[in-house]
Amino acid sequence: MNRLSIFGLVFIALLVLVALFAPLIATHDVGATNLAARYLSPSAEHWLGTDATGRDIFSRVVFGARISLRVGLVVVFVSGIIGTVIGALAGYYGGWIDRIVSGYVFNVFLAFPGLLLAIAMVAFLGAGLNKLILALCIIGWVGYARLIRGQVLKVREYDFVQAARALGARDWRIIFVHILPNAIQPLIVQASLGMAGAVLAEASLSFLGLGVPPPAPSWGVMLEEARDLTTLRVAPHALIVPGLAIALTVLAFNFLGDGLREYLDPRQRRR
Amino acid sequence: MSTQGIEAGGTGNMPPTLMPEAGAEPLIAIRELKVHFDLGGGTAWDKLVGGSPVKRVVKAVDGVSIDIFPGETLGLVGESGCGKSTLGRAILRLTEPTSGQVLFRGENLALLSERRMRQYRRNLQMIFQDPYASLNPRMTVSQIIGEPLDTFGLARGREGEARIRELMETVGLSPRFIKRYPHEFSGGQRQRIGIARALAVDPDFIVADEPISALDVSIQAQIMNLMARLQRERNLTYLFISHDLRAIRHVSDRVAVMYLGKLVEIADARVVYDDPLMPYTKALISAVPLPDPELEATRQRIVLQGDVPSPINPPSGCRFHTRCPWAIQACKDVVPPLTEIRPNHFAACIRISPDQPDIEQVAPGDAPGLRNPGRIIAQ
Repeated sequence: MNRLSIFGLVFIALLVLVALFAPLIATHDVGATNLAARYLSPSAEHWLGTDATGRDIFSRVVFGARISLRVGLVVVFVSGIIGTVIGALAGYYGGWIDRIVSGYVFNVFLAFPGLLLAIAMVAFLGAGLNKLILALCIIGWVGYARLIRGQVLKVREYDFVQAARALGARDWRIIFVHILPNAIQPLIVQASLGMAGAVLAEASLSFLGLGVPPPAPSWGVMLEEARDLTTLRVAPHALIVPGLAIALTVLAFNFLGDGLREYLDPRQRRR
Repeated sequence: MSTQGIEAGGTGNMPPTLMPEAGAEPLIAIRELKVHFDLGGGTAWDKLVGGSPVKRVVKAVDGVSIDIFPGETLGLVGESGCGKSTLGRAILRLTEPTSGQVLFRGENLALLSERRMRQYRRNLQMIFQDPYASLNPRMTVSQIIGEPLDTFGLARGREGEARIRELMETVGLSPRFIKRYPHEFSGGQRQRIGIARALAVDPDFIVADEPISALDVSIQAQIMNLMARLQRERNLTYLFISHDLRAIRHVSDRVAVMYLGKLVEIADARVVYDDPLMPYTKALISAVPLPDPELEATRQRIVLQGDVPSPINPPSGCRFHTRCPWAIQACKDVVPPLTEIRPNHFAACIRISPDQPDIEQVAPGDAPGLRNPGRIIAQ
């Protein structure tokens, strides 16, 4: 693994700890406004300053990690499972199932830009954290399904799969015991990149007011609330801090994904 | 325990040659079996989008009929791509036959539903070529050999483990290694695991698809001896597929020769090697080096010109006519039937007959458009 992926791994580990122990780490109540302490610069009392309503930015960023990771994990987990099952069935059985799934369903989903589809979906479902997660899952499973379908097509021709058939193993056993354990390695990489995508999508939608409703300390919401000229002039850190949190988290997952890809595929390993 | 990779007591002697007696009941009877793979093309749509203007079909197996008798080893030889592996897989329904019959104890396996076919898989097993690809890398030996016991509910738990240990000993593996993974074994040991897995269901018939081709020569003999011993002890019937002519001669009772999806000659193993009839078989056998240097120096080789034609839309008539020195016009038009030229010796060639079995006595071919005349050269 190269240095960037090590950075990614360490950053993500820290982020997970921060999210887990957020109530212990935060210095202030995330919702407490204080009009006497607006636009404060970083100080001993407020480590990263305060925003337009006097809320502590450090505490809000810490709790924001909970929302981002929760969205990322749930979306990747749920869409990964849905995608794996559908991709495995399409790849293993082929025929009309595969023609419908990979010929039509995949293409229809991939024809729309992901974020636009998510916006349309949220507009239809309504705003809220769980609806946001649902929308991202509905969009996200296609990538996993396509990946797994390709892997299953390859692995299903291996001799040990043929041997299992010759030994009378049933289809579900062949798929889950013989094919999938030998097919899901690339899924690990895809999941890491998927985390980055989901974190970014949550921030984008929240920024647009289509994600988590405002009082919640989502990084996207924080950016949206700091999006005015006064804040930009008087307290730019109110914008920079959540922006940096998003950028670093997305970068960390991307670096980790690249590192994993290199690690799992020796042909791409340099030297 | 250091000898666990080496079989004790194998002498290399096969059981006495078993000729199918008149009226003997075959274990497997294959009738006009065809396995075609459609590559598409030929439709109006293909012409529109620039696809192939003619329908392209790979005729991997094209009308093969043969009987396999209980207790015998039938060797199946041919060059790469002649369809011998496809034939073996089609018998076990690992590849779906396009048409024809595979009769096992009177039941046509080619027509069974997948569910009914499962019951017959206990009787019909397979040994694979590549001992590295044929074992699931994420399963232990115990799981690999135990899987068929599980699937068919033959033995469970303590009893199952006892069976697995017993099977490992049968194939010459130490049961100490029961919890190991395939990558911890050598090629020969892995092939033994594959054999133990096939034996777990106590089958009657085993398709051995190039079981020794991926192994070192020294290991090849061990595996052949192991298979011969198991055949004696368990009354197994083998279809032994290989391109290794010397291995086939060593293990087989009868030998069938395949060329481009068709059987061209079948006879007792010794007869095929010492007195082949069909021109292709003659060329094939003449390519085997002889171990005796003096004999080797005088060996006559028939060197065929050109390559094997593509199995996509193969040649008409006799498929060998494009390379056969004895081909005449009729060879392009007539598909030669497998004919009993001598007792129990079948060949598919219209230029020989029971009255004139020796192709060398027949006038060389004059077929117009013959692109690749073969020639006989002394080496």
